[in-house]
Amino acid sequence: MNYKANIRPAWIVLVLLMLSLLAYTLIKRSETTPVVPVPTEQEKPGKLDLSKFKNAAENENCFKCHGQSKYTYENPESKKTVTKRMYGELVLNRDVFYVSNHREFKCTDCHSEDYSTFPHAGNLRMETKANCIDCHGGDEKYAKFKFEQIESEFQASTHSEKHSEDFTCWMCHNAHTYKINARTNENLKETILYDNLICLNCHGDIRNYQLLTSKAKPNILQKHEWLPNQASHFTNVRCIECHAKNEDTLVVAHHMVAKSQAVRKCEACHSKNSILFASLYKYKVSEKIQKEGVVKGLLMGDATSIGPDKSNTLNIISLVLFGLTVLVIVIHAFLRIKK
Amino acid sequence: MTHQTERLYLYPVWIRIWHMTNAMLCLILIITGLSIQFSNPSTLVKFKAAVTVHNIAGIILTISYCMFFIGNLLTPNGAYYVIAVKGFLVRLKKQFIYYTIGIFKKTDAPFPVTVDNKFNPLQQVTYVALMYVIVPFVIISGWGLLYPEVTVNSVMGISGLDMTDLLHISAGFAISVIMCVHIYFCTIGKSPTSNFRSMINGFHESH
Repeated sequence: MNYKANIRPAWIVLVLLMLSLLAYTLIKRSETTPVVPVPTEQEKPGKLDLSKFKNAAENENCFKCHGQSKYTYENPESKKTVTKRMYGELVLNRDVFYVSNHREFKCTDCHSEDYSTFPHAGNLRMETKANCIDCHGGDEKYAKFKFEQIESEFQASTHSEKHSEDFTCWMCHNAHTYKINARTNENLKETILYDNLICLNCHGDIRNYQLLTSKAKPNILQKHEWLPNQASHFTNVRCIECHAKNEDTLVVAHHMVAKSQAVRKCEACHSKNSILFASLYKYKVSEKIQKEGVVKGLLMGDATSIGPDKSNTLNIISLVLFGLTVLVIVIHAFLRIKK
Repeated sequence: MTHQTERLYLYPVWIRIWHMTNAMLCLILIITGLSIQFSNPSTLVKFKAAVTVHNIAGIILTISYCMFFIGNLLTPNGAYYVIAVKGFLVRLKKQFIYYTIGIFKKTDAPFPVTVDNKFNPLQQVTYVALMYVIVPFVIISGWGLLYPEVTVNSVMGISGLDMTDLLHISAGFAISVIMCVHIYFCTIGKSPTSNFRSMINGFHESH
């Protein structure tokens, strides 16, 4: 053989592969996956500046008992100071309330003025909770959130149909803690996590699940065993994408469907007409395009869905390149035969 | 110009087996890959079947590539992929001119196939780019998509999974284009079918 003992490309590739493996290990090790949204400065406990909120001083009358796990009062008969444990469901974290949507509210905006006196009258516990539509319905200021449509979707949902009036907005959206997320949070994964935790609050916690049913709680992981790359799907897709009817006009779908109607076909998401692009992802892509321009918005969006082609530009480029290749081959072959 | 047919045994059994496997797998992967990429939702192959077949074919391709890789590290065949840098561009130009002009004037090929030089310069550079850059990329990115949790979360602010996806489909597209050209160029032989016969019986026919 007359070949020189030069370096074969396979050796170079082998060395490069080893180096890449090393680089990958280093990147993976330094990579921290944010499992829980990182709290902002305002959200960090102890950093709360109550003077910023106009009703904070008045609300403190409630928070001084309901903001902690125990409360103290003076027994007028024995004249002794009594310390009692606050019932868990009645404890509200100031830090969470003051970053929620209703942070500017006075407690008595929604609750009876009679709560101002202590001990509270027994009949006050019969007070009915207001639902979203009670305040937000027909309000021009909130028109873009389409509360009326949300309400009618919710009424048609399996949640509402199965559990009648026991299932209220509060089951998923606690007015004390609810914080608008999809429209304000730029991190798609955090929005997905936030939304999925709403579902898991009942479907992942038997205590809450059995508030409305005596049935055993289905094991979510087992029920979704058919789903390939389960962990990836759970962290990248919201439950409602498959378990709710997604209307093109809504960012958040409220029409939960029965499990028999849930999406099970891969191509429902992994296709050109992906249902994912009907809701949150559509909103995120159009938001990104508005902010960063068409090219960056489309190419660098994080609305990942492996499979469907997302960029028409790339399709056109590849089609042109392939067409040119075939054309050159045809011309070349024609000239070869002709000569 | 000599017209005597010379038969050179250039393609040992392992290369022919690898080549045939590789060709079949590439075809399957291109068809199923396109079905996954352009699922609408009805495509050439049903989505679920396309994904399963694509995954299995991808795994077999990895094994077949490893066979090719080890073979070219250890056997004399690997020497054909060593590009002699000195004067390479001149030789590349010569081959290019032959394919674009000379071939129509029926001039002799500037780099006829010999036992020492199985590939002409253009083939050499294409095969090195294909087998040592593009195919490794398509395989590694393919595994990254098969196990998305191992893929890095972000690369310079861009989703790692999106980058892997883009890299995979771009490499797949490049392979499709190169494959078309490769099949066409195989018709440039002693006869339009002689090169195809070579990959079955192992003998290259030159004239």
